[in-house]
Amino acid sequence: MLAQFLQFLFSGVTVGATYALAALGFTLIYNASNVINFAQGEFIMLGGMLAVFFVQSGLPLPAALVLAILVPAVVGVLIEKLAIEPVKGAETVTLIIITIGASLVIRGLTAVIFGKGTHSLPAFSGDEPIQILGATLMPQSLWVLGVTPIVVVVLWYFFNRTLSGKAMLATSYNRVAAELVGINTNGVLFMSFAMSAALGALGGILVTPITLTSYDAGIMMGLKGFVAAVLGGLGNGLGAVVGGLLVGILESMGAGYLSSAYKDAIPFVLILFILFFMPRGLFGARVTDRV
Amino acid sequence: MQKRAYFGLYIVIAILALLPLVLPNSFYMDLAIRMAINAVIVLGLNLLIGFAGQISLGHAGFLGIGAYASAVLPTHFGWHPLLAMGAGAAATGLLAALVARPIFKLKGNYLAMATLGLGIILNIALRNEATWTGGPDGMPVPAFGLFGFELSSDKHWYWVVAILLSVSVWASLNLIDSPFGRALRALHGSEVASRVVGVDVVRYKVAIFVLSAVFASLMGSITAHYVGFVTPNLADFFHSIELVTMVVIGGMASVYGSLVGAVLLTALPQALATFEGWETVVFGAILMICMIFLPKGLVPTLAAKFGKGE
Repeated sequence: MLAQFLQFLFSGVTVGATYALAALGFTLIYNASNVINFAQGEFIMLGGMLAVFFVQSGLPLPAALVLAILVPAVVGVLIEKLAIEPVKGAETVTLIIITIGASLVIRGLTAVIFGKGTHSLPAFSGDEPIQILGATLMPQSLWVLGVTPIVVVVLWYFFNRTLSGKAMLATSYNRVAAELVGINTNGVLFMSFAMSAALGALGGILVTPITLTSYDAGIMMGLKGFVAAVLGGLGNGLGAVVGGLLVGILESMGAGYLSSAYKDAIPFVLILFILFFMPRGLFGARVTDRV
Repeated sequence: MQKRAYFGLYIVIAILALLPLVLPNSFYMDLAIRMAINAVIVLGLNLLIGFAGQISLGHAGFLGIGAYASAVLPTHFGWHPLLAMGAGAAATGLLAALVARPIFKLKGNYLAMATLGLGIILNIALRNEATWTGGPDGMPVPAFGLFGFELSSDKHWYWVVAILLSVSVWASLNLIDSPFGRALRALHGSEVASRVVGVDVVRYKVAIFVLSAVFASLMGSITAHYVGFVTPNLADFFHSIELVTMVVIGGMASVYGSLVGAVLLTALPQALATFEGWETVVFGAILMICMIFLPKGLVPTLAAKFGKGE
């Protein structure tokens, strides 16, 4: 009984941590530009695929991982420079279609270059399962569960203790006011895309030894990251992390206790239910419309 | 304004009437039929997105309900196709109305999330209930017949969808110029201002959402009978996106833009088939380029350029 529950909890928290990283990516870009980046899932996929590719081409693991984070970050910056900056202030639908176009380009190129097969990455520190109260935990899960909190703490430090971080926060509160006090809001936008692509890629790399990856793995990952971000209240960093973990745990519990066929539907049922009663997610700020 | 709007309608009817004479073979006939079907769906969706300013990323889900109603009810329960189509539309309308009230308290990206979620749940249900729907492989759909006359050839279907399209264009033009249409445009402009002048904002949003969902469901049924086969892909997220893209590329809040968008995006995959393997890349790039350089869509941009306007 307990063993089974723990088992579902472990897998839920592990995949939830990836959703949390994706949701943080959504949050960063949303705060800097009000854009929902539907290409976020592709960064997750790209991280995993590139890590596989670099490891296979003989690079040592650490170098392969760093490259697999840097390349998606460059892709993110390219998207921002070429497709988002030129249309600043466009309607939500227009921006959604642009980011979906970007996601199609990334997904299509990946399929052309790496093929449509499924790839796996060797676990970073072996495949010897750890027994905890009858449940098994893969060492790779510890990597996911260890790295995610570090990232969260680093982000917290960045936003609260550094000038660039504070500039990003200021931009998210009020863009015009931020420009007036001399903050380079275009630079903020640039940074937010680089950071959120890197976060997504990191999540993708960490989780690939557990879940495998393929050119189309980013779609569901991205959409669930979006669910997590909305669940926590769009724009709220802490909310994104809590949302990600919640989505991961409930999905895993639902798949285990209710129906594994409907596993992918669980996050979406959850978000509809939450939005019906809390239109701004769990921790979303109350806003009053200004006329 | 009124006159000029109808002038466009006459041109549409003329093109639809003459098209079969110039189409060289059944391949183009099939393409024309699918363009017309999409055009009707996009007209409905544009009323919601373009005129009322509310996004839906789950419309393919409604299309799926219609399509599967036409497949499942006649096959498993022996219903008459017309009855099945009606039941599908009624079920869609009911579901849309039920979820619309809570959904339309939401705005912008939250609304996008909710409609996206709804579409994905519907799609997953279609994939999983294999006993009824055939699962991911889909299922065949019986032929559509009425009064002993069976719609079988492309020609028959062409005239059916051509008439449906003409009626939809006419209805959309009228709707936009009615008090209902003006209320929709008002709430797009400023929700608060329209509330102040007495527009029941939520009621109008719900009404237009239900209407466009029913449009999609009916055309889903038509698609099912025309193709003779349904798969869950009809109701997936990507198809929802395709429909929204048709609205935006053609031109939001433009009736004729909807037609242009539907025609172009239905033809595009055919044209891209020559790119072997690169279709997705090229399709994505075209979406981005269109939106970067023509953020208002083709028809409104061109109309503004030539100083006419619709």
